[in-house]
Amino acid sequence: MNGVHDLGGTDGLGRVEVPDSEPVFRAEWEKAAFAMFSMCFRAGYFGVDEFRYGIEQMHPAVYLLSPYYEHWLHTVEHYGKAKGLLSPEDLEELDRRTQYYLEHPDEPLPQRDDSELVAFVEAVVPAGAPAARKSDKAPKFKVGDTVTVRADSPLGHTRRARYIRGRTGEIVLAHGTFIYPDSAGNGGGDAPEHVYTVKFSNAELWGPDTAEPNGVVYFDVWEPYITPAHTTGAAA
Amino acid sequence: MSEHVRSQEEIAARVKALESILIDKGIMTTTAIDRLVEIYENEVGPQLGAKVVARAWKDPAFKERLLEDATKACAEFGIGGLQGEDMVVVENTADVHNVIVCTLCSCYPWPVLGLPPNWYKEPAYRARIVKEPRKVLREDFGYDVPGSVEVRVWDSSSEMRYWVLPAPPQGTDGLSEDELASLVTRDSMIGVGPAASPVS
Repeated sequence: MNGVHDLGGTDGLGRVEVPDSEPVFRAEWEKAAFAMFSMCFRAGYFGVDEFRYGIEQMHPAVYLLSPYYEHWLHTVEHYGKAKGLLSPEDLEELDRRTQYYLEHPDEPLPQRDDSELVAFVEAVVPAGAPAARKSDKAPKFKVGDTVTVRADSPLGHTRRARYIRGRTGEIVLAHGTFIYPDSAGNGGGDAPEHVYTVKFSNAELWGPDTAEPNGVVYFDVWEPYITPAHTTGAAA
Repeated sequence: MSEHVRSQEEIAARVKALESILIDKGIMTTTAIDRLVEIYENEVGPQLGAKVVARAWKDPAFKERLLEDATKACAEFGIGGLQGEDMVVVENTADVHNVIVCTLCSCYPWPVLGLPPNWYKEPAYRARIVKEPRKVLREDFGYDVPGSVEVRVWDSSSEMRYWVLPAPPQGTDGLSEDELASLVTRDSMIGVGPAASPVS
């Protein structure tokens, strides 16, 4: 989707605000919102690509103005609703409890014990959740090939950012096959595809009048995103 | 799709309400949340990436392995896992300066850098660093990259997680690996600043 989350090259956003230091979590709610990613992943709410797509469907103004971890709250609610993991009764209860905690912010949470959940946390952090998938597909491209990114605008989730669409660059790394976000993020299967890193010159991306000199951008593409380049001379 | 921008109090209440329902459903517990938070507050952070960088500065054979396969090289330290299942390290030299970003969300190599700083996840950095990296580095990070040095921006659009091997500062001869690691800042591994210089 052509969403506001696809920020590369957007102008008018002002300076990058860099504080001298900041805590890992700035508020208690950020801790819980952060934990929802891995624990709701475990509970079958979403894969990582769906997780991102849920965020992309936030209201664009709210997306830009809200603190980052609030995005995670939105995607948990989105998939809870969409997959029926949060029933209509749960959603009514959610609104009721929201009002309750708004009026009584220091009231405690329900307490349960679950040693398996702590064991999951201990295991998943060092093990991770790899997105590499085996596939028999032979790669259609190799390092050194000049390729052009497809320029059409897909609906739904994609990692094909607008600023690289239609642009031509050179493949510099080939990574093997990984889950394809345009399938998995839209409720499909893993559908593994080859992933390549493509190098674009600044001039190719932004035009010679705008581009900063002596620079390049590297962007990872899945094989269906690219076609062989038919023109020469514009490549990075 | 609500267009209401919530206050901190409203967000806190909504999160706590959802958290309480997920606890009732057995999906979360406060002890599991506390443990996860403790890991990223105290155990997994840029001090881990710094150890790897210090080794690479000290040991050319290790540096070669790191640049060849960062995931495997980091595993020599027991470093790896969530959001760093497939890592690539890119090297800053006298001719090349690298910087990382995720323009589409907030991808970041957690096992070596911990959780990202807020500016990394906010719109301004994600929008601008791919288009005007020299300007952003100079004006917002106080880091002037000489015109003769090529700026390479790595947009982490796939599950590959890129991070930067900063150039070693001058005057580090004879420093131990621990002393070297103390010079390796988080920002130098993102590519928005140099490694610190040793205090002479």
